Amino acid sequence: MCAVRGLAKTYPAVRGRRGVPATPEVRATDDVRLDIRRGEIFGLLGPNGAGKTTLVRQLTGLMRPDRGSVEILGHDIVRHPERASRILAYLGQESTALDDLTVSLAAETTGRLRGLQSRQARAERDAVLDELGLTSLAGRPLRKLSGGQRRLACFAAALVGQRPFLVLDEPTSGMDPVARRAVWGAVDRRRAEHGTTVLLVTHNVIEAETVLDRVAVLDRGRVIACDTPTGLKEQVAGEVRVDLVWRESAPLHVPEVAALRDRAVESGRRWTLRLAPEEARTVVATVTGGSAFAALDDFTLTTPSLEDVYLALGGAARQGLVKA
Amino acid sequence: MSVVPAEVLPGSALAVEETVREAAELGPRARLWPALAAVYRAQLSRARVARIPLLFVATFQSIGIMILMRGVVDGGGEAQAVVAGSSVLVVAFVALNLLAQYFGQLRASGGLDHYATLPVPPAAVVLGAAGAYASFTVPGTVVTAVFGCVLFGLPFAHLWVLIAVIPLAGAALAGLGAALGLLAPRPELATLLGQLGMSAALLLGVLPADRMPEAVRFARDLLPSTYGVEAFARTFGPNPDWAFVLGDLAVCGVVGVVSLAVATWAYRRAAVR
Ligand SMILES: Nc1ncnc2c1ncn2[C@@H]1O[C@H](COP(=O)(O)OP(=O)(O)OP(=O)(O)O)[C@@H](O)[C@H]1O
Ligand SMILES: [Mg+2]
Repeated sequence: MCAVRGLAKTYPAVRGRRGVPATPEVRATDDVRLDIRRGEIFGLLGPNGAGKTTLVRQLTGLMRPDRGSVEILGHDIVRHPERASRILAYLGQESTALDDLTVSLAAETTGRLRGLQSRQARAERDAVLDELGLTSLAGRPLRKLSGGQRRLACFAAALVGQRPFLVLDEPTSGMDPVARRAVWGAVDRRRAEHGTTVLLVTHNVIEAETVLDRVAVLDRGRVIACDTPTGLKEQVAGEVRVDLVWRESAPLHVPEVAALRDRAVESGRRWTLRLAPEEARTVVATVTGGSAFAALDDFTLTTPSLEDVYLALGGAARQGLVKA
Repeated sequence: MSVVPAEVLPGSALAVEETVREAAELGPRARLWPALAAVYRAQLSRARVARIPLLFVATFQSIGIMILMRGVVDGGGEAQAVVAGSSVLVVAFVALNLLAQYFGQLRASGGLDHYATLPVPPAAVVLGAAGAYASFTVPGTVVTAVFGCVLFGLPFAHLWVLIAVIPLAGAALAGLGAALGLLAPRPELATLLGQLGMSAALLLGVLPADRMPEAVRFARDLLPSTYGVEAFARTFGPNPDWAFVLGDLAVCGVVGVVSLAVATWAYRRAAVR
Protein backbone atom coordinates (compact mmCIF):
# COMPACT_ATOMS: atom_id res chain seq x y z
CA MET A 1 0.00 0.00 0.00
CA CYS A 2 3.00 2.25 0.50
CA ALA A 3 6.02 1.53 -1.66
CA VAL A 4 9.23 3.54 -1.38
CA ARG A 5 12.04 3.00 -3.88
CA GLY A 6 15.52 4.46 -3.98
CA LEU A 7 14.57 7.48 -1.93
CA ALA A 8 17.40 9.93 -1.34
CA LYS A 9 17.61 13.36 0.23
CA THR A 10 20.68 15.42 1.03
CA TYR A 11 20.53 18.62 3.03
CA PRO A 12 22.91 21.04 1.34
CA ALA A 13 25.96 22.34 3.15
CA VAL A 14 25.50 25.75 4.69
CA ARG A 15 28.32 28.24 4.52
CA GLY A 16 29.18 29.85 7.82
CA ARG A 17 28.14 33.40 8.51
CA ARG A 18 29.30 35.63 11.26
CA GLY A 19 28.33 33.94 14.51
CA VAL A 20 26.81 30.97 12.68
CA PRO A 21 29.16 28.06 12.09
CA ALA A 22 29.12 26.29 8.73
CA THR A 23 27.40 22.92 8.53
CA PRO A 24 28.53 20.20 6.12
CA GLU A 25 26.07 18.53 3.79
CA VAL A 26 24.05 15.74 5.37
CA ARG A 27 22.75 12.72 3.51
CA ALA A 28 19.61 12.30 5.59
CA THR A 29 17.98 9.53 3.57
CA ASP A 30 20.15 7.33 1.46
CA ASP A 31 18.59 4.99 -1.11
CA VAL A 32 15.71 3.91 1.11
CA ARG A 33 13.46 1.06 0.02
CA LEU A 34 10.37 0.14 2.03
CA ASP A 35 7.11 -1.71 1.50
CA ILE A 36 4.36 -1.09 3.99
CA ARG A 37 1.37 -3.42 3.79
CA ARG A 38 -2.22 -2.49 4.30
CA GLY A 39 -3.39 -2.70 7.90
CA GLU A 40 0.00 -3.07 9.48
CA ILE A 41 1.74 -0.99 12.11
CA PHE A 42 5.12 -0.34 10.60
CA GLY A 43 7.86 1.15 12.71
CA LEU A 44 10.92 3.26 11.97
CA LEU A 45 13.51 2.81 14.66
CA GLY A 46 16.84 4.57 14.85
CA PRO A 47 18.98 6.95 16.90
CA ASN A 48 18.65 10.73 16.94
CA GLY A 49 19.50 12.17 13.58
CA ALA A 50 19.13 8.83 11.77
CA GLY A 51 16.82 10.48 9.24
CA LYS A 52 13.44 9.22 10.42
CA THR A 53 11.69 12.58 10.32
CA THR A 54 13.28 13.43 6.99
CA LEU A 55 12.04 10.14 5.53
CA VAL A 56 8.55 10.61 6.88
CA ARG A 57 8.36 14.18 5.58
CA GLN A 58 9.08 12.89 2.11
CA LEU A 59 6.29 10.32 2.39
CA THR A 60 3.81 12.99 3.46
CA GLY A 61 4.57 15.28 0.54
CA LEU A 62 6.17 17.91 2.81
CA MET A 63 9.59 17.54 1.29
CA ARG A 64 10.60 16.76 -2.23
CA PRO A 65 13.13 13.93 -2.44
CA ASP A 66 16.26 14.39 -4.56
CA ARG A 67 15.69 10.98 -6.12
CA GLY A 68 13.41 7.99 -5.83
CA SER A 69 9.70 7.27 -5.77
CA VAL A 70 6.93 7.10 -3.19
CA GLU A 71 3.66 5.42 -4.02
CA ILE A 72 0.82 5.37 -1.51
CA LEU A 73 -2.41 3.51 -2.32
CA GLY A 74 -1.61 3.78 -6.00
CA HIS A 75 -0.78 7.50 -5.98
CA ASP A 76 2.61 8.90 -6.94
CA ILE A 77 3.39 11.24 -4.07
CA VAL A 78 6.58 12.64 -5.57
CA ARG A 79 4.72 13.85 -8.62
CA HIS A 80 1.52 14.82 -6.76
CA PRO A 81 2.56 15.79 -3.23
CA GLU A 82 -0.79 17.50 -2.65
CA ARG A 83 -2.58 14.15 -2.82
CA ALA A 84 -0.83 12.95 0.34
CA SER A 85 -3.06 15.19 2.45
CA ARG A 86 -6.14 13.40 1.12
CA ILE A 87 -4.79 9.93 1.87
CA LEU A 88 -3.00 10.27 5.18
CA ALA A 89 -3.05 12.07 8.49
CA TYR A 90 0.30 13.27 9.80
CA LEU A 91 1.28 13.91 13.38
CA GLY A 92 4.54 15.85 13.27
CA GLN A 93 7.07 16.38 16.03
CA GLU A 94 5.98 20.01 16.46
CA SER A 95 2.63 21.38 17.62
CA THR A 96 3.12 25.13 17.07
CA ALA A 97 0.20 25.51 14.67
CA LEU A 98 -2.25 24.38 17.36
CA ASP A 99 -0.59 25.75 20.50
CA ASP A 100 -2.87 28.72 21.12
CA LEU A 101 -6.11 26.85 20.39
CA THR A 102 -8.22 24.97 22.88
CA VAL A 103 -8.11 21.18 22.60
CA SER A 104 -11.65 21.17 21.31
CA LEU A 105 -11.12 23.86 18.68
CA ALA A 106 -7.85 22.31 17.54
CA ALA A 107 -9.59 18.99 16.87
CA GLU A 108 -12.65 20.56 15.26
CA THR A 109 -10.68 22.92 13.02
CA THR A 110 -8.42 20.10 11.87
CA GLY A 111 -11.51 18.05 10.99
CA ARG A 112 -12.99 20.96 9.06
CA LEU A 113 -9.75 21.40 7.15
CA ARG A 114 -9.82 17.68 6.35
CA GLY A 115 -13.01 18.38 4.46
CA LEU A 116 -15.65 17.46 7.06
CA GLN A 117 -18.97 19.29 7.27
CA SER A 118 -19.19 21.31 10.47
CA ARG A 119 -21.73 19.02 12.14
CA GLN A 120 -19.66 15.98 11.27
CA ALA A 121 -16.47 17.67 12.50
CA ARG A 122 -18.08 18.44 15.84
CA ALA A 123 -19.41 14.89 16.20
CA GLU A 124 -16.04 13.33 15.37
CA ARG A 125 -14.27 15.79 17.66
CA ASP A 126 -16.48 14.77 20.58
CA ALA A 127 -16.06 11.07 19.84
CA VAL A 128 -12.26 11.27 19.58
CA LEU A 129 -11.82 13.44 22.70
CA ASP A 130 -14.00 11.00 24.61
CA GLU A 131 -12.11 8.00 23.26
CA LEU A 132 -8.77 9.48 24.37
CA GLY A 133 -10.03 10.69 27.73
CA LEU A 134 -9.50 14.35 26.82
CA THR A 135 -13.05 15.58 27.41
CA SER A 136 -12.18 17.21 30.72
CA LEU A 137 -9.37 19.19 29.04
CA ALA A 138 -11.45 20.19 26.00
CA GLY A 139 -11.69 23.87 26.97
CA ARG A 140 -8.02 24.39 27.80
CA PRO A 141 -5.53 25.90 25.33
CA LEU A 142 -2.81 23.45 24.28
CA ARG A 143 -0.09 25.82 25.45
CA LYS A 144 -1.32 25.45 29.03
CA LEU A 145 -1.24 21.64 29.02
CA SER A 146 1.57 19.36 30.13
CA GLY A 147 3.85 17.95 27.44
CA GLY A 148 2.15 14.56 27.39
CA GLN A 149 -1.35 16.04 27.40
CA ARG A 150 -0.43 18.34 24.52
CA ARG A 151 0.92 15.42 22.54
CA LEU A 152 -2.31 13.51 23.14
CA ALA A 153 -4.36 16.51 22.01
CA CYS A 154 -2.34 16.71 18.78
CA PHE A 155 -2.90 13.00 18.28
CA ALA A 156 -6.63 13.61 18.73
CA ALA A 157 -6.52 16.28 16.02
CA ALA A 158 -4.78 13.80 13.71
CA LEU A 159 -7.63 11.31 14.17
CA VAL A 160 -10.54 13.66 13.36
CA GLY A 161 -11.51 13.02 9.74
CA GLN A 162 -10.81 9.38 9.03
CA ARG A 163 -7.77 8.57 6.89
CA PRO A 164 -6.64 5.10 5.75
CA PHE A 165 -3.00 5.87 6.59
CA LEU A 166 -1.66 7.43 9.79
CA VAL A 167 1.89 8.74 9.86
CA LEU A 168 2.93 9.40 13.45
CA ASP A 169 6.29 10.91 14.38
CA GLU A 170 6.96 9.89 17.99
CA PRO A 171 3.31 10.08 19.01
CA THR A 172 3.83 8.90 22.58
CA SER A 173 6.91 10.91 23.52
CA GLY A 174 6.37 12.40 26.95
CA MET A 175 3.21 10.40 27.63
CA ASP A 176 2.44 8.44 30.76
CA PRO A 177 1.36 4.77 30.51
CA VAL A 178 -2.35 5.65 30.63
CA ALA A 179 -2.07 8.05 27.71
CA ARG A 180 0.07 5.56 25.77
CA ARG A 181 -2.58 2.92 26.17
CA ALA A 182 -5.23 5.35 24.98
CA VAL A 183 -3.15 5.96 21.85
CA TRP A 184 -2.57 2.29 21.07
CA GLY A 185 -6.18 1.46 21.87
CA ALA A 186 -7.36 4.10 19.40
CA VAL A 187 -4.94 2.84 16.75
CA ASP A 188 -6.05 -0.77 17.23
CA ARG A 189 -9.73 0.11 16.95
CA ARG A 190 -9.13 1.92 13.68
CA ARG A 191 -7.14 -0.97 12.36
CA ALA A 192 -9.81 -3.50 13.30
CA GLU A 193 -12.71 -1.43 11.98
CA HIS A 194 -11.23 0.25 8.91
CA GLY A 195 -7.99 -1.58 8.16
CA THR A 196 -6.03 1.59 8.91
CA THR A 197 -2.30 1.40 8.19
CA VAL A 198 0.15 3.10 10.57
CA LEU A 199 3.69 4.30 10.02
CA LEU A 200 5.26 5.03 13.36
CA VAL A 201 8.53 6.73 14.24
CA THR A 202 9.78 5.72 17.63
CA HIS A 203 12.77 5.59 19.94
CA ASN A 204 11.12 3.38 22.44
CA VAL A 205 12.35 -0.18 22.05
CA ILE A 206 9.78 -1.67 24.40
CA GLU A 207 6.96 0.05 22.52
CA ALA A 208 8.47 -1.12 19.25
CA GLU A 209 8.48 -4.73 20.42
CA THR A 210 4.93 -4.70 21.66
CA VAL A 211 2.98 -2.68 19.08
CA LEU A 212 4.81 -3.02 15.78
CA ASP A 213 4.07 -5.64 13.16
CA ARG A 214 7.27 -4.88 11.31
CA VAL A 215 10.11 -2.52 11.87
CA ALA A 216 12.81 -0.94 9.75
CA VAL A 217 15.99 0.03 11.55
CA LEU A 218 17.41 3.26 10.17
CA ASP A 219 20.97 4.38 10.66
CA ARG A 220 22.57 7.41 9.04
CA GLY A 221 19.85 7.53 6.42
CA ARG A 222 20.02 3.87 5.44
CA VAL A 223 17.69 0.99 6.24
CA ILE A 224 20.04 -1.47 7.89
CA ALA A 225 17.38 -4.11 8.65
CA CYS A 226 13.68 -4.62 8.10
CA ASP A 227 11.64 -7.49 9.57
CA THR A 228 9.17 -8.34 12.32
CA PRO A 229 10.53 -7.60 15.80
CA THR A 230 10.81 -11.36 16.40
CA GLY A 231 12.46 -11.92 13.05
CA LEU A 232 15.03 -9.25 13.81
CA LYS A 233 15.74 -10.71 17.18
CA GLU A 234 16.31 -14.12 15.59
CA GLN A 235 19.15 -12.58 13.62
CA VAL A 236 21.05 -12.36 16.87
CA ALA A 237 19.34 -15.35 18.49
CA GLY A 238 22.68 -17.13 18.82
CA GLU A 239 23.52 -14.74 21.62
CA VAL A 240 22.38 -14.23 25.16
CA ARG A 241 23.34 -11.26 27.26
CA VAL A 242 24.75 -11.97 30.70
CA ASP A 243 25.13 -9.10 33.14
CA LEU A 244 27.23 -9.73 36.23
CA VAL A 245 27.34 -7.17 39.02
CA TRP A 246 30.13 -7.66 41.55
CA ARG A 247 29.94 -6.54 45.17
CA GLU A 248 33.23 -4.66 45.07
CA SER A 249 35.42 -5.95 42.31
CA ALA A 250 35.64 -9.04 40.13
CA PRO A 251 37.17 -12.10 41.84
CA LEU A 252 40.03 -12.39 39.38
CA HIS A 253 41.66 -15.08 41.54
CA VAL A 254 39.02 -17.48 40.18
CA PRO A 255 40.52 -18.70 36.88
CA GLU A 256 37.13 -19.04 35.11
CA VAL A 257 36.31 -15.44 35.94
CA ALA A 258 39.71 -14.18 34.90
CA ALA A 259 39.28 -15.97 31.58
CA LEU A 260 36.03 -14.08 30.94
CA ARG A 261 37.54 -10.68 31.48
CA ASP A 262 38.68 -10.21 27.88
CA ARG A 263 35.19 -10.75 26.54
CA ALA A 264 33.35 -8.59 29.04
CA VAL A 265 32.41 -4.96 28.59
CA GLU A 266 33.22 -3.47 31.99
CA SER A 267 31.38 -0.55 33.45
CA GLY A 268 32.13 -0.02 37.11
CA ARG A 269 31.06 -3.08 39.01
CA ARG A 270 29.14 -4.40 36.02
CA TRP A 271 30.35 -6.85 33.39
CA THR A 272 28.30 -7.37 30.27
CA LEU A 273 28.92 -10.46 28.16
CA ARG A 274 27.38 -11.66 24.90
CA LEU A 275 27.60 -15.41 24.79
CA ALA A 276 26.20 -18.49 23.10
CA PRO A 277 23.40 -20.03 25.23
CA GLU A 278 25.47 -23.03 26.48
CA GLU A 279 28.41 -20.82 27.35
CA ALA A 280 26.07 -18.55 29.25
CA ARG A 281 24.77 -21.49 31.25
CA THR A 282 28.31 -22.49 32.16
CA VAL A 283 29.18 -18.95 33.21
CA VAL A 284 26.10 -18.69 35.38
CA ALA A 285 26.90 -22.06 36.98
CA THR A 286 30.45 -20.88 37.67
CA VAL A 287 29.59 -17.57 39.26
CA THR A 288 26.67 -18.85 41.30
CA GLY A 289 28.71 -21.65 42.83
CA GLY A 290 32.10 -21.82 44.46
CA SER A 291 34.20 -18.87 45.59
CA ALA A 292 33.06 -16.45 42.84
CA PHE A 293 29.57 -16.38 44.35
CA ALA A 294 30.77 -14.54 47.44
CA ALA A 295 31.89 -11.64 45.25
CA LEU A 296 28.69 -11.58 43.17
CA ASP A 297 26.05 -8.97 43.95
CA ASP A 298 23.54 -9.68 41.16
CA PHE A 299 23.29 -11.27 37.74
CA THR A 300 20.80 -11.25 34.87
CA LEU A 301 20.43 -13.37 31.81
CA THR A 302 18.49 -11.78 28.95
CA THR A 303 17.45 -12.90 25.50
CA PRO A 304 18.16 -10.27 22.86
CA SER A 305 15.97 -7.18 22.62
CA LEU A 306 15.61 -4.88 19.65
CA GLU A 307 18.28 -2.77 21.24
CA ASP A 308 20.73 -5.66 20.99
CA VAL A 309 19.68 -6.15 17.40
CA TYR A 310 20.49 -2.57 16.66
CA LEU A 311 23.89 -2.80 18.29
CA ALA A 312 24.66 -6.13 16.62
CA LEU A 313 23.76 -4.65 13.24
CA GLY A 314 26.48 -2.08 13.69
CA GLY A 315 24.43 1.03 14.36
CA ALA A 316 26.50 4.17 14.62
CA ALA A 317 25.21 5.22 18.01
CA ARG A 318 26.83 2.68 20.29
CA GLN A 319 24.85 3.84 23.27
CA GLY A 320 21.70 2.18 21.95
CA LEU A 321 18.34 3.45 20.91
CA VAL A 322 16.59 4.59 24.01
CA LYS A 323 16.63 8.32 24.56
CA ALA A 324 18.43 9.26 27.73
CA MET B 1 -11.73 -0.74 -0.64
CA SER B 2 -14.25 -3.16 -2.06
CA VAL B 3 -14.17 -4.99 -5.30
CA VAL B 4 -17.46 -4.99 -7.08
CA PRO B 5 -18.42 -8.51 -8.30
CA ALA B 6 -18.10 -8.93 -12.06
CA GLU B 7 -21.74 -9.81 -12.69
CA VAL B 8 -23.11 -6.51 -11.41
CA LEU B 9 -20.91 -4.56 -13.79
CA PRO B 10 -22.02 -4.20 -17.37
CA GLY B 11 -18.44 -3.86 -18.54
CA SER B 12 -17.30 -7.51 -18.03
CA ALA B 13 -14.22 -8.83 -16.24
CA LEU B 14 -11.99 -6.10 -17.56
CA ALA B 15 -13.83 -3.56 -15.44
CA VAL B 16 -13.11 -5.59 -12.33
CA GLU B 17 -9.44 -5.60 -13.05
CA GLU B 18 -9.56 -1.85 -13.52
CA THR B 19 -11.14 -1.45 -10.10
CA VAL B 20 -8.40 -3.50 -8.49
CA ARG B 21 -5.51 -1.73 -10.12
CA GLU B 22 -6.93 1.74 -9.85
CA ALA B 23 -5.53 4.04 -7.23
CA ALA B 24 -7.55 4.34 -4.05
CA GLU B 25 -10.14 7.04 -3.85
CA LEU B 26 -8.84 10.25 -2.33
CA GLY B 27 -10.38 11.73 0.78
CA PRO B 28 -12.45 14.89 0.42
CA ARG B 29 -10.76 18.23 -0.14
CA ALA B 30 -11.70 21.14 2.11
CA ARG B 31 -13.47 23.73 -0.04
CA LEU B 32 -12.26 27.32 -0.01
CA TRP B 33 -15.01 29.08 1.93
CA PRO B 34 -15.65 26.53 4.68
CA ALA B 35 -11.87 26.13 5.15
CA LEU B 36 -11.41 29.89 5.24
CA ALA B 37 -14.16 30.18 7.82
CA ALA B 38 -12.56 27.44 9.95
CA VAL B 39 -9.11 29.07 9.81
CA TYR B 40 -10.61 32.48 10.50
CA ARG B 41 -12.43 31.22 13.55
CA ALA B 42 -9.39 29.40 14.90
CA GLN B 43 -7.08 32.37 14.29
CA LEU B 44 -9.50 34.81 15.88
CA SER B 45 -9.70 32.68 19.00
CA ARG B 46 -5.88 32.39 18.99
CA ALA B 47 -5.56 36.14 18.75
CA ARG B 48 -8.04 36.57 21.58
CA VAL B 49 -6.13 34.22 23.84
CA ALA B 50 -2.64 35.43 23.08
CA ARG B 51 -2.84 38.92 21.63
CA ILE B 52 -5.28 40.98 23.71
CA PRO B 53 -2.47 42.76 25.61
CA LEU B 54 -0.87 43.66 22.30
CA LEU B 55 -4.10 45.23 21.07
CA PHE B 56 -4.05 47.43 24.18
CA VAL B 57 -0.47 48.38 23.43
CA ALA B 58 -1.41 49.29 19.85
CA THR B 59 -4.35 51.40 20.97
CA PHE B 60 -2.45 53.22 23.71
CA GLN B 61 0.39 53.88 21.31
CA SER B 62 -1.98 55.57 18.87
CA ILE B 63 -3.76 57.52 21.58
CA GLY B 64 -0.42 58.63 22.97
CA ILE B 65 0.69 59.85 19.58
CA MET B 66 -2.47 61.90 19.14
CA ILE B 67 -2.02 63.52 22.54
CA LEU B 68 1.57 64.41 21.66
CA MET B 69 0.59 65.78 18.27
CA ARG B 70 -2.07 68.01 19.77
CA GLY B 71 0.58 70.49 20.74
CA VAL B 72 2.10 70.45 17.26
CA VAL B 73 -0.75 70.56 14.76
CA ASP B 74 -3.09 73.48 14.52
CA GLY B 75 -6.45 71.81 13.88
CA GLY B 76 -8.00 71.63 10.44
CA GLY B 77 -6.49 69.34 7.80
CA GLU B 78 -3.51 68.38 9.91
CA ALA B 79 -5.67 67.22 12.79
CA GLN B 80 -7.70 65.14 10.40
CA ALA B 81 -4.55 63.51 9.07
CA VAL B 82 -3.28 62.78 12.58
CA VAL B 83 -6.52 61.13 13.69
CA ALA B 84 -6.79 59.09 10.49
CA GLY B 85 -3.11 58.12 10.63
CA SER B 86 -3.29 57.04 14.27
CA SER B 87 -6.37 54.95 13.62
CA VAL B 88 -4.84 53.16 10.65
CA LEU B 89 -1.66 52.69 12.69
CA VAL B 90 -3.55 50.25 14.92
CA VAL B 91 -4.32 48.21 11.80
CA ALA B 92 -0.67 48.35 10.75
CA PHE B 93 0.51 47.25 14.19
CA VAL B 94 -1.65 44.14 14.29
CA ALA B 95 -2.12 43.18 10.65
CA LEU B 96 1.35 43.98 9.37
CA ASN B 97 3.65 43.63 12.34
CA LEU B 98 2.03 40.82 14.33
CA LEU B 99 1.05 38.78 11.28
CA ALA B 100 4.57 38.97 9.84
CA GLN B 101 5.85 37.77 13.20
CA TYR B 102 3.30 34.98 13.37
CA PHE B 103 3.97 33.57 9.92
CA GLY B 104 7.73 33.93 10.39
CA GLN B 105 7.61 31.90 13.58
CA LEU B 106 5.15 29.36 12.22
CA ARG B 107 7.37 28.72 9.27
CA ALA B 108 10.58 28.46 11.30
CA SER B 109 9.12 26.11 13.90
CA GLY B 110 7.64 23.69 11.38
CA GLY B 111 4.09 24.73 12.21
CA LEU B 112 3.24 25.08 8.53
CA ASP B 113 3.51 21.28 8.28
CA HIS B 114 0.19 21.03 10.05
CA TYR B 115 -1.63 23.00 7.36
CA ALA B 116 0.44 21.56 4.54
CA THR B 117 -0.65 18.02 5.40
CA LEU B 118 -4.33 18.98 5.34
CA PRO B 119 -6.21 19.20 2.04
CA VAL B 120 -6.86 22.91 2.42
CA PRO B 121 -6.42 25.55 -0.30
CA PRO B 122 -3.41 27.80 0.49
CA ALA B 123 -5.60 30.86 -0.01
CA ALA B 124 -7.85 29.70 2.84
CA VAL B 125 -4.94 29.61 5.29
CA VAL B 126 -3.57 33.02 4.27
CA LEU B 127 -6.92 34.78 3.93
CA GLY B 128 -8.28 33.22 7.11
CA ALA B 129 -5.30 34.39 9.14
CA ALA B 130 -5.19 37.81 7.47
CA GLY B 131 -8.93 38.27 7.97
CA ALA B 132 -8.73 37.29 11.62
CA TYR B 133 -5.88 39.69 12.33
CA ALA B 134 -7.64 42.48 10.47
CA SER B 135 -10.90 41.92 12.40
CA PHE B 136 -8.95 41.82 15.60
CA THR B 137 -7.95 45.45 15.01
CA VAL B 138 -11.57 46.71 14.87
CA PRO B 139 -12.06 47.63 18.54
CA GLY B 140 -8.66 49.37 18.77
CA THR B 141 -9.21 51.32 15.57
CA VAL B 142 -12.70 52.43 16.54
CA VAL B 143 -11.61 53.49 20.03
CA THR B 144 -8.68 55.44 18.57
CA ALA B 145 -10.87 57.17 15.98
CA VAL B 146 -13.52 58.15 18.52
CA PHE B 147 -10.93 59.38 20.99
CA GLY B 148 -9.24 61.39 18.25
CA CYS B 149 -12.50 63.01 17.18
CA VAL B 150 -13.17 64.07 20.76
CA LEU B 151 -9.61 65.31 21.26
CA PHE B 152 -9.46 67.41 18.10
CA GLY B 153 -13.16 68.28 17.95
CA LEU B 154 -13.73 66.50 14.62
CA PRO B 155 -17.22 65.44 13.47
CA PHE B 156 -18.40 61.86 14.10
CA ALA B 157 -20.77 61.95 11.13
CA HIS B 158 -18.69 59.90 8.71
CA LEU B 159 -16.96 57.51 11.09
CA TRP B 160 -19.01 54.77 9.43
CA VAL B 161 -16.44 54.87 6.63
CA LEU B 162 -14.27 52.74 8.94
CA ILE B 163 -16.47 49.84 7.80
CA ALA B 164 -14.68 50.10 4.47
CA VAL B 165 -11.32 51.45 5.67
CA ILE B 166 -10.56 48.67 8.16
CA PRO B 167 -11.15 45.71 5.84
CA LEU B 168 -9.44 47.31 2.84
CA ALA B 169 -6.44 48.76 4.68
CA GLY B 170 -6.48 45.53 6.70
CA ALA B 171 -6.31 43.42 3.54
CA ALA B 172 -3.44 45.46 2.13
CA LEU B 173 -1.42 45.49 5.35
CA ALA B 174 -2.19 41.90 6.40
CA GLY B 175 -1.30 40.65 2.93
CA LEU B 176 1.98 42.53 3.15
CA GLY B 177 2.61 41.20 6.66
CA ALA B 178 1.85 37.61 5.67
CA ALA B 179 4.05 37.85 2.58
CA LEU B 180 6.96 39.31 4.61
CA GLY B 181 6.59 36.63 7.27
CA LEU B 182 6.50 33.80 4.76
CA LEU B 183 9.28 35.10 2.53
CA ALA B 184 11.78 36.15 5.19
CA PRO B 185 14.53 33.53 5.36
CA ARG B 186 14.70 33.71 9.14
CA PRO B 187 12.05 34.48 11.80
CA GLU B 188 14.07 37.34 13.31
CA LEU B 189 14.10 38.94 9.91
CA ALA B 190 10.33 38.55 9.60
CA THR B 191 9.90 40.28 12.95
CA LEU B 192 12.30 43.03 11.91
CA LEU B 193 10.52 43.63 8.60
CA GLY B 194 7.17 43.73 10.35
CA GLN B 195 8.51 46.29 12.84
CA LEU B 196 9.99 48.40 10.06
CA GLY B 197 6.73 48.31 8.14
CA MET B 198 4.91 49.51 11.18
CA SER B 199 7.42 52.27 11.90
CA ALA B 200 7.01 53.41 8.30
CA ALA B 201 3.25 53.48 8.73
CA LEU B 202 3.72 55.49 11.90
CA LEU B 203 6.14 58.09 10.54
CA LEU B 204 4.68 58.42 7.08
CA GLY B 205 1.04 58.04 8.04
CA VAL B 206 0.72 60.16 11.15
CA LEU B 207 3.00 63.12 10.48
CA PRO B 208 1.38 65.73 8.23
CA ALA B 209 2.43 65.18 4.63
CA ASP B 210 2.98 68.78 3.50
CA ARG B 211 5.80 69.28 6.00
CA MET B 212 7.78 66.37 4.52
CA PRO B 213 10.62 66.57 2.01
CA GLU B 214 9.94 65.35 -1.53
CA ALA B 215 11.70 61.97 -1.22
CA VAL B 216 9.83 61.07 1.96
CA ARG B 217 6.57 62.06 0.34
CA PHE B 218 7.36 59.67 -2.50
CA ALA B 219 7.96 56.85 0.02
CA ARG B 220 4.69 57.78 1.62
CA ASP B 221 2.89 57.30 -1.68
CA LEU B 222 4.33 53.80 -1.95
CA LEU B 223 3.01 52.65 1.40
CA PRO B 224 -0.43 51.02 1.14
CA SER B 225 -1.56 52.32 4.54
CA THR B 226 -1.28 55.89 3.19
CA TYR B 227 -4.33 55.40 1.02
CA GLY B 228 -6.38 54.13 3.94
CA VAL B 229 -5.27 57.18 5.93
CA GLU B 230 -6.12 59.60 3.11
CA ALA B 231 -9.52 58.04 2.48
CA PHE B 232 -10.38 58.27 6.15
CA ALA B 233 -8.98 61.80 6.59
CA ARG B 234 -11.02 63.15 3.67
CA THR B 235 -14.28 62.16 5.34
CA PHE B 236 -13.75 64.58 8.24
CA GLY B 237 -14.22 67.59 6.00
CA PRO B 238 -17.51 69.49 5.74
CA ASN B 239 -18.13 68.25 2.17
CA PRO B 240 -16.11 65.10 1.61
CA ASP B 241 -15.22 64.40 -2.01
CA TRP B 242 -16.50 60.84 -2.17
CA ALA B 243 -14.93 60.14 -5.53
CA PHE B 244 -11.46 60.65 -4.02
CA VAL B 245 -12.40 58.57 -0.99
CA LEU B 246 -13.49 55.77 -3.29
CA GLY B 247 -10.33 56.15 -5.32
CA ASP B 248 -8.11 55.83 -2.27
CA LEU B 249 -10.05 52.84 -1.04
CA ALA B 250 -9.77 51.24 -4.47
CA VAL B 251 -5.98 51.54 -4.28
CA CYS B 252 -6.10 49.79 -0.89
CA GLY B 253 -8.26 47.09 -2.39
CA VAL B 254 -5.96 46.51 -5.34
CA VAL B 255 -2.87 46.42 -3.13
CA GLY B 256 -4.76 44.03 -0.86
CA VAL B 257 -5.57 41.65 -3.69
CA VAL B 258 -2.02 41.73 -5.00
CA SER B 259 -0.32 41.33 -1.62
CA LEU B 260 -2.64 38.52 -0.57
CA ALA B 261 -1.95 36.75 -3.85
CA VAL B 262 1.78 37.13 -3.22
CA ALA B 263 1.31 35.85 0.33
CA THR B 264 -0.60 32.82 -0.97
CA TRP B 265 2.18 32.10 -3.42
CA ALA B 266 4.73 32.49 -0.62
CA TYR B 267 2.77 30.09 1.56
CA ARG B 268 2.70 27.48 -1.18
CA ARG B 269 6.43 27.88 -1.61
CA ALA B 270 7.14 27.68 2.13
CA ALA B 271 4.90 24.67 2.71
CA VAL B 272 6.76 22.25 0.42
CA ARG B 273 10.52 22.42 0.74
N1 LIG C 1 16.56 21.44 7.96
C1 LIG C 1 17.71 20.77 8.02
N2 LIG C 1 18.84 21.27 7.46
C2 LIG C 1 20.00 20.61 7.52
N3 LIG C 1 20.16 19.41 8.09
C3 LIG C 1 19.08 18.85 8.67
C4 LIG C 1 17.82 19.50 8.67
N4 LIG C 1 16.92 18.71 9.32
C5 LIG C 1 17.61 17.63 9.71
N5 LIG C 1 18.91 17.70 9.33
C6 LIG C 1 19.94 16.67 9.54
O1 LIG C 1 19.53 15.50 8.88
C7 LIG C 1 19.75 14.34 9.67
C8 LIG C 1 18.43 13.60 9.90
O2 LIG C 1 17.58 14.39 10.68
P1 LIG C 1 16.13 13.90 11.12
O3 LIG C 1 15.43 15.05 11.74
O4 LIG C 1 15.48 13.25 9.96
O5 LIG C 1 16.48 12.79 12.24
P2 LIG C 1 15.51 11.92 13.15
O6 LIG C 1 15.85 10.51 12.87
O7 LIG C 1 14.10 12.32 12.98
O8 LIG C 1 16.02 12.31 14.60
P3 LIG C 1 15.20 12.45 15.99
O9 LIG C 1 15.13 11.07 16.52
O10 LIG C 1 16.10 13.27 16.84
O11 LIG C 1 13.90 13.07 15.72
C9 LIG C 1 20.41 14.85 10.95
O12 LIG C 1 21.78 14.67 10.82
C10 LIG C 1 20.06 16.32 11.01
O13 LIG C 1 21.08 17.03 11.64
MG1 LIG D 1 12.67 13.17 14.23
